[in-house]
Amino acid sequence: MSKNVSIKYALDWTTVAFYVALVLMGWISIYGASYNFDQSSIFDFSQRAGSQFIWIMTAFAIGGMLLLVDSRMYDFFAYFIYAFAIILLIFTIVAPNSIAPDIKGSRSWLVFGPVRFQPAELAKIATALALSKFMSSYNYKLKTWKDLLPLGMFILLPIGLIILQHETGSALVFLAFLLMFYREGMNGIVLLLGTFAIVLFVIVIRFSNIPIQVDRGTLGFIAAMLIILLVQVFYAIFFGRNQKEAIILLLGSVVVAAISYVINIWFRVNYNYISIFSIVASCIYWIFVELLNRYRKYWFLILFSIGSVLFCFSADYLFEKVLQPHQQVRIKVLLNMEDDPTGAGYNVNQSKIAIGSGGFWGKGFLNGTQTKLKYVPEQDTDFIFCTVGEEHGFWGSTLVLALYWLFLMRLLKIAERQRETFNRVFAYCVASIFFFHLTINVGMVLGIMPVIGIPLPFFSYGGSSLWGFTILLFILLRLDASRLERMW
Amino acid sequence: MINDTLQGRRTVIAIIMSAVIVLYILRLFTIQIIDTRYKEGADSNAFLKKTQFPPRGLIYDRKHTLLVYNKPAYDIALIMREIRGLDTLAFCKALNIDKAEFIQRIEDVKDRRKNPGYSTYTPQLFMSQLSIEDIATIQQSMYKFPGFYIQNRTLREYAYPIGAHVLGSIGEVSQRKIDNDDYYNRGDYAGRDGIEYTYEESLRGEKGVEILLRDAKGRIKGKFENGKKDIAPKAGKNLTLTLDIQLQLLAEELLKGKMGSVVAIEPTTGEILAMVSNPSFNPAILVGRQRSKNYNALLHDPTKPLMNRATQALYPPGSSFKTAEALVCQQMGGINEHTYFQCNGKNSSPIRCTHSHGSPVSLLSAVEESCNPYFWNAFRATIEKDGYGSRNINFRTRYDEWADRMKSFGLGEKFTDSDIYEQSRGYIPTQKYYNKLYRGETGWRAITIRSNAIGQGEVLSTPLQMANLMCAIANEGYYISPHLNRCDSLRKKIHYCKVDKKYFPIVFEAMWRVFDSGTAVASKIPGIDMCGKTGTADNSHGKPHSIFVGFAPRVHPKIAIAVVVENAGFGSMFAAPIFSLLAEQYLTGKIKRPELLERTKNTVTNAYVQER
Repeated sequence: MSKNVSIKYALDWTTVAFYVALVLMGWISIYGASYNFDQSSIFDFSQRAGSQFIWIMTAFAIGGMLLLVDSRMYDFFAYFIYAFAIILLIFTIVAPNSIAPDIKGSRSWLVFGPVRFQPAELAKIATALALSKFMSSYNYKLKTWKDLLPLGMFILLPIGLIILQHETGSALVFLAFLLMFYREGMNGIVLLLGTFAIVLFVIVIRFSNIPIQVDRGTLGFIAAMLIILLVQVFYAIFFGRNQKEAIILLLGSVVVAAISYVINIWFRVNYNYISIFSIVASCIYWIFVELLNRYRKYWFLILFSIGSVLFCFSADYLFEKVLQPHQQVRIKVLLNMEDDPTGAGYNVNQSKIAIGSGGFWGKGFLNGTQTKLKYVPEQDTDFIFCTVGEEHGFWGSTLVLALYWLFLMRLLKIAERQRETFNRVFAYCVASIFFFHLTINVGMVLGIMPVIGIPLPFFSYGGSSLWGFTILLFILLRLDASRLERMW
Repeated sequence: MINDTLQGRRTVIAIIMSAVIVLYILRLFTIQIIDTRYKEGADSNAFLKKTQFPPRGLIYDRKHTLLVYNKPAYDIALIMREIRGLDTLAFCKALNIDKAEFIQRIEDVKDRRKNPGYSTYTPQLFMSQLSIEDIATIQQSMYKFPGFYIQNRTLREYAYPIGAHVLGSIGEVSQRKIDNDDYYNRGDYAGRDGIEYTYEESLRGEKGVEILLRDAKGRIKGKFENGKKDIAPKAGKNLTLTLDIQLQLLAEELLKGKMGSVVAIEPTTGEILAMVSNPSFNPAILVGRQRSKNYNALLHDPTKPLMNRATQALYPPGSSFKTAEALVCQQMGGINEHTYFQCNGKNSSPIRCTHSHGSPVSLLSAVEESCNPYFWNAFRATIEKDGYGSRNINFRTRYDEWADRMKSFGLGEKFTDSDIYEQSRGYIPTQKYYNKLYRGETGWRAITIRSNAIGQGEVLSTPLQMANLMCAIANEGYYISPHLNRCDSLRKKIHYCKVDKKYFPIVFEAMWRVFDSGTAVASKIPGIDMCGKTGTADNSHGKPHSIFVGFAPRVHPKIAIAVVVENAGFGSMFAAPIFSLLAEQYLTGKIKRPELLERTKNTVTNAYVQER
């Protein structure tokens, strides 16, 4: 009994308030998005808003029940839950069609009579728990590259299984844990390298069709090489403190470019090879500098340069062979390489029109012409943010984003006040997952991320995702509440 | 605290999160406030562009008698939201549909794949193209069915139940047509055959558009800018045909109970005065709701009423071809008016003669008496004139010349400058064809292709081509492609035949004699000099086709006619009286031989021909 009383005081009611606010705003948006003129009530259970109401009520109940569970149970059962989730993922792949039906080309749902459930949602929670348990053990510290290996195993296993279910979007969510790894000691260079890889990939793909001169090399590749060269120069200036070397490097590159340009007047020169030559030459130069001055600070730069060049070479291959055709089209549409407003670009284009037409104040609740007349597809699930943008305009969407921001900041605050590593790691997992979903989903709706079908937390229609997010959050709130228990 | 040194990383993470959210707010600001492009996109979506259908052009005959016009038709629309307490049974009864159809139609309306613009607030098409009869029952009781509305449209209406093949019909546009022509949308109607097809672009007019504003519920909020941007529909252009409705009516009547066709053309202009194909049907049955049902019935009728026999059916022209043969053989120097050939009657070889007459025969009598041996000899003399030469080169050259001159009478090719959509090209065999058929250039000789001499064998022509051949003869060496639209532009192009004018009088004389003392003497009209030629085309489907071609009067011909009655027998028996009656009607304006008219009308040569 005393525990129950303590929960009331120890519970972080601010977070609960944010949660309830977001869920209710989502519910109203779903009503607006699926409002099809006939519907009289937001509680009409045959309609989407009505069923979402049931999901919300059950989610509240689940959240309440989770608060009653002893906080030590999560730590204790973490690996069991992880194992169970993995088994469910495998089961979904091998289960007969009657239990795991094929929905829009992916087999990620388990159906038992009226109950439908996506094991990937459980896998998210389970992986967060398992990582928290593993990283909070006494003999573990994330310091060297080797320490990342077991963590990688923990996330790669569910990623692989989910990709086998053709749910690439859900699989990508596990990359969110990198942010938590960073907090727990992973070298920040990993995040930078990841970002740099994305930049290189985008540049190489975006400009791969644009020749710098017919048959003389492509703009994308050469631009990527130039960026690598510039990184070398900046590294030399800011980390190496060697401005002289940086200037020599720059001058050398200019000379190579000038010579190749002159040669090009008489002979056909492929600038792609010239740019690779420049990078290789610069690496040799750095080795020379390293040996001459007995430095050790340029090895990383040399490795980085060679790795980047290899990555640029494989970017085309990755794009053409690893990605599926519809994913290629989505990326091409995002990068403005294909204009296809009735095909793959349709969703994003309509979504931008819907949001753009909202203006500053929006068209008013239930007055959005775009979302009502069904111009925007998936408007109550993945594209729910459109409805907010159209009906409530700039101020409404900004309000929602601001609310998410406050919510995320609150989660970070909660995370940092934990005394136990397990709790802190889990808190960062939760924050990272919410952040990742928000970034991808809103970015997609705004047309700055490729179309990846993952829901907007608390907003998108659907019980499975709402329950998943609620469980994540309320486990965290339960763990957080225990922080005071221990003090007493 | 544990991991104290890493606590600063919280700030980095907070900055990353904040940066993303700020970036998104900036993006929202750009899309929603700075960039106006997206607002325009949304505006265009909130417009409802309602098509205003123009009335289709009317069709008149050459004397400006109205043939085809528009009658009001009705669509039944429904507004799903306004339907209350519908008595389905009474509704179905009033509309004369069954419950299954009612349910199917409602399902179709709701199906967004079939009806992408579905909204429960706006009128949706429930049933289309109902006639005033269909609507009569329900119109009075409409108040009992709230949510259902009657919308006006137009349908084709015909003043006379004739001319189905000439006029053609209108049907829903195909997907291909929609893809190829921006004018059409799903559910639009367009000419499918006949004149309605050929002149679709001028008959259809121009659609108008009414721009309405819609709110988020799909409700119409009024006109955009008070209708200033609306475009009024432009009515289709009216069309005056070359048909003479009196002649057309008579021709249709005369062909009753027979399978065949009639084409009558004014020789000097190429204007088609009458064009009939039987079995036929009332064009009105292909209008409106019963179209698909009737169309299917016509399609599966073994007598093929949908086929325009006048322009599509291919017949061996038989003896009527001898007129052209006489001209071409003279032109090519094979014969002249003084050439005589031996005729042994039924004992002639290789082609026997079906008539009995004196021997030897002159060209004049040969045409008049339709002497087969004469034309075989003439044909042979013509193409064998230079002998055969090495590898038959001389013979083949002569044959090519013969075919080329034949084609100059409009045979063996479609009339490309005509406005008749359904045409068969007929056939004047080419040298290549024979080289292939008889395995090589030396595999065939005059005797091999002897049937060409008398219009049998590989030579095929449509009744339209036969009538046109008569025009070319009546004009003494030229023709204008037969056409249906009475306008100057189609009259301009004159096709000259490759036969000199001097060879024509003897053919005129012979064809006049056909009526005066020859095979058609029974069909002579007192007081009118007519020229004609019977034909009896053997074929593999039973009795020979009865063919008659000719023109009248002999001096300054005003009408050229070809009549084909399938599987009837001799040309003089069935086809000639039809020719005679039509010529009388056109030239004198009335029929003075009622008993011939009655007899011809009531002759049934094919019991399977139905009247529709």
